[in-house]
Amino acid sequence: MLDLWYWIADLSNSKIVALLLFSTTFVGILLYVFTNRHRTERLESYRYMPFEDDEDKVPHGEDGKK
Amino acid sequence: MAQSATIPSSQAGATAVPTEQYNYEIIKKFAIMAMVWGVLGMGVGTYIASQLAFPFLNFDIAEITFGRFRPVHTTLVIFGFGGNALFATSYYIVQRTCQARLYGDGLATFTFWGWNLSVGLGVITYMMGFTQGREYAEFVWPIDILITVTWVAYFWVYLQTLLRRSQPHIYVANWFYMSFILATAILHIFNNLQVPVSLFSLESYSLFSGVQDAMTQWWYGHNAVGFFLTAAFLGMMYYFVPKQAGRPIYSYRLSIIHFWALVFLYMWVGAHHLHWTALPDWVSTLAATFSILLLLPSWGGMINGIMTLSGAWDKLRTDPIMLFLITALSFYGMSTFEGPMMSLKSVNALSHYTDWTVGHVHSGALGWVAMITFGSFYHLFPRLWNTKLYSLRLVYVHFFLATIGIVLYITAMWVAGIGQGLMLRAFDEYGNLAYTFVESVVFLHRPYVVRAIGGGLFLLGILIMAYNIFMTITTARREAARVEAKIGAKMARASS
Repeated sequence: MLDLWYWIADLSNSKIVALLLFSTTFVGILLYVFTNRHRTERLESYRYMPFEDDEDKVPHGEDGKK
Repeated sequence: MAQSATIPSSQAGATAVPTEQYNYEIIKKFAIMAMVWGVLGMGVGTYIASQLAFPFLNFDIAEITFGRFRPVHTTLVIFGFGGNALFATSYYIVQRTCQARLYGDGLATFTFWGWNLSVGLGVITYMMGFTQGREYAEFVWPIDILITVTWVAYFWVYLQTLLRRSQPHIYVANWFYMSFILATAILHIFNNLQVPVSLFSLESYSLFSGVQDAMTQWWYGHNAVGFFLTAAFLGMMYYFVPKQAGRPIYSYRLSIIHFWALVFLYMWVGAHHLHWTALPDWVSTLAATFSILLLLPSWGGMINGIMTLSGAWDKLRTDPIMLFLITALSFYGMSTFEGPMMSLKSVNALSHYTDWTVGHVHSGALGWVAMITFGSFYHLFPRLWNTKLYSLRLVYVHFFLATIGIVLYITAMWVAGIGQGLMLRAFDEYGNLAYTFVESVVFLHRPYVVRAIGGGLFLLGILIMAYNIFMTITTARREAARVEAKIGAKMARASS
């Protein structure tokens, strides 16, 4: 266990671990957000939340997005 | 004039839900205090800018000299104006997007008094000469403790309101606010780890020393910019830009990427304030690398905000509030380009310790933070008092005064900073310094005068806004009293 700590405390090792960890997480978020059509529709539906307690809601699809 | 421009489709909606459903009283208090501190803070800022151009304005009064007034200015504008604006808008947005009343009226009121007492006490102690000597964290240790307690209360109020939401999803603006609350707590606590001289002394020593102390200070300093002055105001942007435009944000998915990339990258960049110092070179390089990477989420967010107007650009012709919001985003884009550029070691060698840095800070602080707040407040105030804005013409006047003021300010500081940098590192043919320090001071006089004029115009703008808001509230109260009297008279007639 102590060996592992010594290994990770070495900057030349820990920076590679950190790079792999963070870049994988970021790629994971990208894949989660931009793949799967149903998820895309669900996520984009949240755009209308600021208007949901208004009388005159902005109808879905009636915005500047192509 | 086009009064209707301030009342877009959502105006009627603001009253669709009974206001009792939400706690608007606390928002009103914070919003008014933001205006009060804003006027005072920008007034002090203009005064010390004038002192730099005309030093006789010190009048040999210790309490108003640049050294003491400078933290008064930064504290009032960042924590007084900016902080109160963030409390106000976060409490508004969390209630409206969660469709739930703010948790704990008493605790929310405590956050108001705790925060504003801290700001007020900070100003008094600075003028008396007490400071912790840490930039943007000059509060002495007892005030630091009061801020910590207030901030924990703020976190609890916000979290509990999110938990009682009637919506399944938490809107992205709240993510930005929550990251700001959490990050500010961590930053404040670690940067203010101090050992007091005694229990009854306002003086203390930092727990850290040497380069570690400097790195802690700038880890705090830049993340105060990243989370207090950027992430939180992006939360404001993600709500008020769509509301004022009457159309949803351009891409929700982009806002998610914007959020995660921004909060991750900001934490690493503070050390770029310490290039060419005792800081290890690899830390400097790491900070510069992450600073460059930060350009991507910053511009992604800016584009997301601006593209919300896609297909409805004509709103910029008729709605001055939209002008404020979109100009704020433009300045956000400009200063987040300038920042990474200045973090490059070679550019920093010229820009650091010069007025270029001061200009950069103000293009972000005035152009982004203040302008997005003005736009959001012009949207918010009439809705809080259930009325219309007193004068749209004055909003236009404010907009042009503020914009011209900023442009004068930052161009003067570019000239001052680049000139100063070049003069301080110029050598003659024998390898001696080509200019004396005092020659660089003489060179700075004209840009300093222009800067003071720019600041004066910006101050004039917020004074006009304060008058407009005051008249809006007064008119609303008068109208409410008139309606009440009418109803009372009708009731009396009916009963007789």
